[in-house]
Amino acid sequence: MKTKVGKRSHYTARNVQLFLLASPVLIYLFIFAYLPMGGVIVAFKDYRYDKGIFGSAWAGFSNFEFFFKSRDAFMVTANTVAYNSVFIVLGTVVAIFVALLMNEVRSKLAIKVYQTTMFFPHFLSWVVVSFITYTFLSPTYGLLNQWVGKLGIEPTNWYFMPSIWPYFIVFVDLWKSMGMAVLINFAVLVGIDRAYYESASIDGASRWQLAWHISLPTLIPVTVILFILKVGHIFNADFGLFYQVTKNSPMLYDKTMVIDTYVFRALMEMNEIGMGAAVGFFQALVGFIIVIGTNAIVRKIRSDSALF
Amino acid sequence: MHKRSLGDLAIHSYFIILCVLFTLPIVAVVSVSLSSEADIVNWGYKLIPRTIDFSAYQYVFADPGQILNSYIVTLFTSIVGPTISVFIMLMFAYVLSRKIFKYRNAIAFIAFFTMLFNGGLIPKYILVTQYLHLGNTLGILLVNGLVTVWYMFILRTFIQQIPEEIMESAMIDGASEFRIFLSLVVPLSKPAIATIGLFILLHYWNDWMTPLIYVTDHKLYTLQYLLQRILLDLQEYTNNMNNLPSDMLDSSKIPGETIRMALAVVSAGPMLFIMPFFQKYFVRGLTVGSVKG
Repeated sequence: MKTKVGKRSHYTARNVQLFLLASPVLIYLFIFAYLPMGGVIVAFKDYRYDKGIFGSAWAGFSNFEFFFKSRDAFMVTANTVAYNSVFIVLGTVVAIFVALLMNEVRSKLAIKVYQTTMFFPHFLSWVVVSFITYTFLSPTYGLLNQWVGKLGIEPTNWYFMPSIWPYFIVFVDLWKSMGMAVLINFAVLVGIDRAYYESASIDGASRWQLAWHISLPTLIPVTVILFILKVGHIFNADFGLFYQVTKNSPMLYDKTMVIDTYVFRALMEMNEIGMGAAVGFFQALVGFIIVIGTNAIVRKIRSDSALF
Repeated sequence: MHKRSLGDLAIHSYFIILCVLFTLPIVAVVSVSLSSEADIVNWGYKLIPRTIDFSAYQYVFADPGQILNSYIVTLFTSIVGPTISVFIMLMFAYVLSRKIFKYRNAIAFIAFFTMLFNGGLIPKYILVTQYLHLGNTLGILLVNGLVTVWYMFILRTFIQQIPEEIMESAMIDGASEFRIFLSLVVPLSKPAIATIGLFILLHYWNDWMTPLIYVTDHKLYTLQYLLQRILLDLQEYTNNMNNLPSDMLDSSKIPGETIRMALAVVSAGPMLFIMPFFQKYFVRGLTVGSVKG
């Protein structure tokens, strides 16, 4: 009996210690994640800085109404989902394709060089990327205007020309994110036991067959997981890509305004706090439903690939 | 055999073209920073400078006031931020890995739920600026990005690879949980600390978004945010160049276009130079992260 009590108090002491170890992060999450969740009530208020959250008058659903009745609602939602869909499809296909090709390279040194070169944009901030795009797109000195000039096309101010930006955005995103995606896929391919390839070759399999029947299937689990993660974030745009690379040019908003930049603009430029919070709440809620939904579907199809 | 080498040639050519596509943009920025202002004005940006001219760098280093200040702010947050961050996240990850902890599932859920749902930018902005009064402080530059839940789950996966017998024998020897954490988990998690530490370091070094939202004071500009301001308006930078030697002071002679790119090189350079050497840590962190935890 005595030992049992002793053991129990021993475990209680440990539990207290463990709780203390967890507490810094718990406090952080409480302040910076859970308090803002409570703060979504701002979406239902006519928020004024001088009155604070509790002092501001209730506004019912008028903030949501204001947003959904504007033409912006459809535009930013469609832009966000469309760009992300293209990123997901193109990003996944290109990453698999390049990783499979890299798997065919035998020279270790060459692999290292190719990988490092493709990976380094990952380390650049979107600000530096915007400098890079500016060297190409600058209306006065840019390389692109010099090149198209040789074809006899007049210099263009690309930052005033929305129709071309979907191509620029997709290209820049691919440039920045491809190295990382290839790296993940290639790390999986490296882990494949060489014996599979050897025995298949002995049976007369061609190089294409090896890639198609051995390498490609190995990539499916990691691809599915990355796919769920990305689809779950289909409502969240990469703020830096759409804000920095476009230099936040108002002329481009029709094609480059996404939910995240819209909320930012509501807060910092339009001073529509309540409406911005409503859009943010809409984004978080739909995002939440999509994550849960995708995960449920994946769990049905391939339970071992589900995230939770 | 002949067919195989032909295929190899095609693959290598493909990768070489890709690599050129990846490096060309960087070459362009560096090349503009090394050009003379007159060449830029006459001929535009070039991939290869017509004449090599270091005057942009001379101007940057002759009056480094603002950029030096931003360097100090960024170095400070990039050292202190990741240190605190990795330490508290490792503590949390350790608790997540402890099966004897009664509330393990509860705290795992508390953390995980923040990945699924968030209050959004505006409630957080109001909280930080109106209630916590962290706007325009060094504090917000440190606090933003301190905890990334996904990284804590990666860390937990790492810790779970430590054989449980080690912890059990430490428990029998009467070691407290603090003791086990400090003298067993921390030393045994060094590779994990390196991996996650690098992820976080990169976040702090490249952070322009926190100052964009929360900072207006020039003294608190991070490097990347300073750069952003410069791209939008170079004058913001050149107007503050009051300490130039007298022969460089004539503002009409300041080589604006090239200084802009030189500043980009000076700010992005160090990280770009260091990071490829740590590529293997990134790969490890990513592959563990992709395993269901």
